[in-house]
Order: sequence, then structure tokens, then C-alpha cells
Amino acid sequence: MTMDRRSFIKLVGGASTVALAGCAGGPAVSSGAAAEIMPKSGRRVVVIGGGYGGTIAAKYVRMLDASIEVVLIERNRQYISCPFSNYYIGGLMKDLTPLTIGYDKLAADHGVKMVYEEVTGIDAAAKVVATKGGTLAYDRLIVSPGVDFRTEEIEGYTAETPSLMPHAWKAGEQTILLRQQLEAMPDGGKVVISMPLTPYRCPPGPYERACLIANYLKTQKPRSKLVLIDANPDVVSKKPLFTKAWNNYYNGIFEYVPGKKVTKVDAQHKTLVVEGIEDHQGDVVNFIPPQRAGRIAVAAGLVGDDKNWCPVDATTFESTKHKDIHVIGDAAVAGAMPKSGYSANSEAKVCATNVVALMNGKEITELSGINVCYSAISSSESISVAGVYRVEGGNIVGVPNSGGISPVDFSQAKLEHVYAESWLKNILTEMSA
Amino acid sequence: MTRRWSVWALATGALAMSAAAHAAPPTAAMLANACGGCHGTQGASAGPSMPNLAGQSKKALVEAMKAFKSGERSSTVMGRLTKGYSDADIVAMSEYFSKQKPTAYAQAVDAKKADKGGMLQEKHCGRCHVDDGQDFKDDAPIMAGQWLGYLQIQMDEYISGKRKMSEKMAEKVKHLSADDMDAIAHFYASEKMGETK
Ligand SMILES: Cc1cc2nc3c(=O)[nH]c(=O)nc-3n(C[C@H](O)[C@H](O)[C@H](O)COP(=O)(O)OP(=O)(O)OC[C@H]3O[C@@H](n4cnc5c(N)ncnc54)[C@H](O)[C@@H]3O)c2cc1C
Ligand code: HEC
Ligand code: HEC
Repeated sequence: MTMDRRSFIKLVGGASTVALAGCAGGPAVSSGAAAEIMPKSGRRVVVIGGGYGGTIAAKYVRMLDASIEVVLIERNRQYISCPFSNYYIGGLMKDLTPLTIGYDKLAADHGVKMVYEEVTGIDAAAKVVATKGGTLAYDRLIVSPGVDFRTEEIEGYTAETPSLMPHAWKAGEQTILLRQQLEAMPDGGKVVISMPLTPYRCPPGPYERACLIANYLKTQKPRSKLVLIDANPDVVSKKPLFTKAWNNYYNGIFEYVPGKKVTKVDAQHKTLVVEGIEDHQGDVVNFIPPQRAGRIAVAAGLVGDDKNWCPVDATTFESTKHKDIHVIGDAAVAGAMPKSGYSANSEAKVCATNVVALMNGKEITELSGINVCYSAISSSESISVAGVYRVEGGNIVGVPNSGGISPVDFSQAKLEHVYAESWLKNILTEMSA
Repeated sequence: MTRRWSVWALATGALAMSAAAHAAPPTAAMLANACGGCHGTQGASAGPSMPNLAGQSKKALVEAMKAFKSGERSSTVMGRLTKGYSDADIVAMSEYFSKQKPTAYAQAVDAKKADKGGMLQEKHCGRCHVDDGQDFKDDAPIMAGQWLGYLQIQMDEYISGKRKMSEKMAEKVKHLSADDMDAIAHFYASEKMGETK
């Protein structure tokens, strides 16, 4: 959907009629006919998306300059983390409580104003965001909406498909559904995971999931099988480590099938079709569709020539498509930084620093960033990939001779499993307190 | 609309170029912010095995990071990360974290062990981990309020030889059992430092 001025106004107009009914418990809607939520008085940053990127951007703008008003718009009252959701799927976590955060402390301790609404449009010229509950004006906008799925590229994919073949690539109901399906499957059943071509959210995520589902089958349903169908020609993340884990721990249960792109699904029959010729059927099918920037970024014309991801300046994360709009997290093209929660956190801080500098007419600062992704390979061992990033020639690049993957002899894997849990605790605390 | 947008795109492109030209090199805060995903906002760790950096002595931080970078100190991830920073970056980040308000999250410790540890540390460790570990001397880090989980990992690594001790510290540690060392960890973790969360 591309947005022109007229359809934008239509959206806003349509929204105002549902404003009062639609946001019970939400912020008070001003009495004006345009249903502006919280009229802007001073300088204001609006942030879209209360996930790994958006929460941090909102908090850090406030920490850096408390005279700037920050409004964070998020559709859900609680956020459920994708990181560690594979633990839940593999039966290593009782429920999703450790992965769930709210926004009360961001509001109370940092003065971030929360608006729980779905953003439906952005008018870059008028500098106004439209939600179902009304509009919000901004001086600068930070967009961190995560990903949505390119399901139109998959023949046979309908609105019903995820309820039969969960993607579990956004944490919550889908995560619970996949675990329920695994639990309901009899011993001797077959599980199929299908993953898309890069770039997609969390490069090592599908391989970690394969390890933890294989671990579940090995311990609970040892006669079962797991197949990972990878659209990529080879393992795209931590290859020597994952390959070793599969060989050493899950031999006989797990099969890795690279270079097979699923083009069609038949959810009723739990069947995936590769390039129109080869069928893969499973008792449980976890189909992870190809991805692009969250819908709102596409609707607002923030995506680049590939129509999928948002090009940005490597220092400020300002969109190269629209002035005064910054894009971070999975939705952004951040050079060598992968689409991960850690990257989103790191990008958010760089973006907040430079948004505040720009709003105060101060000099901006070059990016220094980090990404570390931990992946569990069993119930007691984890591995990691680390990177340190800086800007060279206008691009985000990895600092030479730094970063890399854990030792291949797994000598650190038990310790990293312990550190990974503290990582989760720290990053979720950063987001929520 | 499309035409107006492309005009902005041009304008933004120009802005981006000039912005890149005028960007200052990363400040201490820019460098240090990136560490927060693991060590907590401004180095106040909420994770029981991830060390607090906030309020730590600058010298101890510099020495720790240089030792990670050279490989002299064993690590899971810090070796890989510190290779991405110059010595000047390391000094800048250390200075930054040393100036942050120490913040200790509430943690559960065994009071009996802490009592025993308190007595042991005074005799064996207090020469360097001065003031019951609440202050630092030379390269020795502040211990008070550090996470128990982290201290236990470090004690294990010292005892197993994976992490090397200075000869002088080894001289003291060799008189102690693993249980003694654990008791001392409980003592240090039990101490309140700065703001408690
Ligand atoms: C199984 C799995 C495991 C993973 N493991 C790790 C890991 O171990 N480490 C790691 O670093 N990363 C991991 N990731 C990746 C991580 O989840 C993402 O990279 C991260 O969430 C990206 O942050 P974001 O801010 O871009 O998007 P999100 O965190 O998805 O946040 C986007 C938010 O925006 C909201 N939103 C979107 N559109 C609108 C709208 N129109 N109106 C209102 N609100 C809106 C959404 O509700 C959501 O809360 C994993 C991902 C998966 C799927
Ligand atoms: C992926 C998580 C992670 C990130 C990111 C990270 N650290 Fe660490 N840090 C650790 C772990 C784990 C240890 C314990 C040593 C080890 O196993 O690597 C540690 C230990 C340290 C120590 C030693 C503390 C002491 O008391 O001796 C210092 C200093 C430190 N880190 C500084 C930093 C700085 C500065 C950054 C940012 C440039 C950073 N860390 C980024 C995980 C992390
Ligand atoms: C001679 C001085 C000295 C004495 C005595 C000493 N230490 Fe240390 N300690 C140090 C120094 C210096 C370091 C910093 C890093 C290193 O050298 O390993 C350190 C680091 C540590 C650390 C790691 C802290 C961190 O943040 O990673 C622990 C744990 C520790 N000492 C425990 C003890 C205990 C327990 C005793 C008493 C039995 C003791 N030390 C006695 C000098 C000393």
C-alpha cells in the first residue's frame, strides 16, 4: 500500500470515529474533531514500536534530554521477546513470563508517554502519525516496527495458514501454538521447519530452534524426526558450531536440507512445496515465511528499491527516503549489523544520541555498535557470535580482526549458557526500566 | 505526492552527506552505550552472572580489558569484543564506567557463608581488596556489591587455573579451600554499594 495525501486523510478521518470506543484505558483523546491525541506543545519525538529498538530509543532520548517529550506508540500492552522463545518451544521454559515486559516503568521512571494504538499511517510532509485512536504530531519520528511477512510470494498462504502451520517468528500466541503442536504430536512423528532466504530476522534463530526442537524430540519422543529445509545454499550463521552440534547431539533425529526454497504451502495437509516440484509433509510444520520491514514502514514509503527494507544514514539512522524520520532495528538496512535484538538495542542508542544532537543543533557522533547473539544448542550449552561495528565511507562495517564465533571445541559452551541468561535479563531490563 | 517525496529524498541525501562529514568520532558514551545490552544501562547489571561495571575503578577496568584483548585473561566473549577497540577507546570507556553511580541489584546470599567469608577476606584479601572490598588499591577491583554468580565463576576459574592470578594474590589464595573462596564471594556479594535496586 502506498499512501497519498487523500488516503491518509481518509484514514485519519476514519480513525477519529473509532477513537473514543477504540482506546478505552488509553490516553485521553482531545475533544477536537481531528482527534489529535496529546496536542504537541514543546519539542517532541514520536517512536513507533515498543520492541528491542523502540523502547531503547525512547528511553535514551529522555535520558539524554529530558526537555524533549517522547511518545512511544505500541499496539500491545505487553511485549513478548523472541530471544529465548526457542527455549519455550523446546520445553526448557515453563511459560512466557520471563520473556514478557510491560511499559509502566519506562513511563514512570523516564517520563516516556505511552500510547497503546496501531499506527496506520505517517504523513512525512505534515509530520503527523495516524493511529486508530487519533493523530500525533512530531518533530522527529523513530520507527522500529520489526518485520512482517511476504506471504504474497507463497502460493496457497492465507490468513488461516499460521494457525495450522505456525511461524512462531513473532513471539506470543504463535510460540505457544508451535509448542502445543509439538506436545500433541505422537512419538515417531515428523517435524518440518522451513526458513527463508536472507535477509530475515535473527540469522541464527532457525538453527537454534532446530537444536532445541531436536533436543526435545531426543529426550521426549526419540523415535521422531526433524527436518530443517533451508532456502539458503548453506548454513548462514555460526556454521561450524551448529553443524557440530547437529552431528554430535542430534545425529539420527535431525536432517539438514539446504538450497530448497518453499514456494507453495498446503496448510490443510501440512505440506510444503519446494520450487513447485518437491513435497515435504510433516506432522508439525513450522513455516517461517520470507520477511520485510514492518507494514507501517512500507506504507509510509520508507523502503528502498528492494521494496522490503529501509535504507538509512549510517550515523543518524535518518531515512534516506524521508527527512526527520529515523528507522532502526530489523526494518533498517544497517550495513554489516545483523537483524537482531542486540543490534536493534545498539542502533537505538546511536539513533537517540544523534536525534537529540540534531534537535539541539549540536554536532552528531559517529556510530560505535555491538552485536552479540547467543544460541542454545542443548539444554545446558550455548554458543555465540560477536561483532563490533563502526562507520567507514558512510557504511557500517565490522571492525577488522575483532568479533567472531565461539571456540569450535565447545570449551566455553556451558559458561556461555549461563551468561546468555544474564544477557536476556539485562537487555529486557534495559528495555523496561 | 510521489514527486514531493523524491525531492525530500534528494534533500535528505544531501543532508546525510554533510552530516557524515561533520560527525565527531565516537565519544566515551557512544562507545560505552553499546555494552549496556549485556552489562546493563550505564554498567548497572541486572543479570546475576554479568559483572557490574558502574562505579568500578578505572584502573581495574582498563587492566581487565587489556588482559582480555591480549588473551592473558580467559573469557567467553570479552576477548572477541575488546579486539574491536583501541587502547584509547578502552581508557575512555573505563573512565566512563568508573564515573557511573554504583548500583547493586538486590541478590540472595547465604548469611552464614557471608559471615565466614567476612572474616576470611579481612585476613587474606584485605591488603588489596581494601575496606572489605568496598574500595580499590592499584589494579585490584572493587568487590562489594558485585554479583555472586559472576564472583563464583571467577573464583572457579582462578582455582582451576583457567584465569591467572598475580603471584601475590596466589600466595594468599593457596591457603584457602574452594569453600572458603565461595564464602568470600558470598560476603562481597552481600555488601550494599551505592543505590540498591
Ligand atoms: C525465534 C527468534 C529468536 C531470536 N533470538 C534472538 C537472540 O537470541 N538475540 C538477539 O539479539 N535477537 C534475537 N532475535 C531477533 C530479535 O527478536 C529482533 O531482531 C528484534 O526483536 C528486532 O527489534 P525491532 O525493534 O526491530 O522489532 P520488534 O522487537 O519486533 O518490535 C517491534 C514492535 O513494534 C510494534 N509495532 C509494529 N508495527 C506497529 C504499528 N503499526 N503500530 C503499533 N505498533 C507496532 C510491534 O507490536 C512490536 O512490539 C530472535 C528472533 C526470533 C524470531
Ligand atoms: C555479550 C555480552 C557482553 C557484551 C556485549 C560486553 N560484555 Fe563485558 N563481559 C561479558 C562477560 C560474559 C564477562 C566475563 C568474561 C567473559 O567471559 O567474557 C564480561 C566481563 C567484562 C569486564 C571484566 C569485569 C571485571 O570485574 O573484571 C569488563 C571490564 C567488561 N566486561 C567490559 C565491557 C565493555 C566496556 C563492553 C562494551 C565495549 C562490554 N564489556 C561488552 C559480557 C559482555
Ligand atoms: C596482592 C593483592 C591481592 C590480594 C592479596 C588478593 N587479590 Fe584478588 N585481585 C587482585 C588484583 C590485582 C585483581 C585484578 C585482576 C587479576 O589480577 O586477576 C584481583 C581480582 C580478584 C577477583 C576477580 C574480580 C573481578 O571483578 O573479576 C576475585 C574474585 C578476587 N580477586 C578474589 C580475591 C580473594 C578471595 C582474595 C583473598 C583470598 C584476594 N583476591 C586477594 C589483587 C589481590
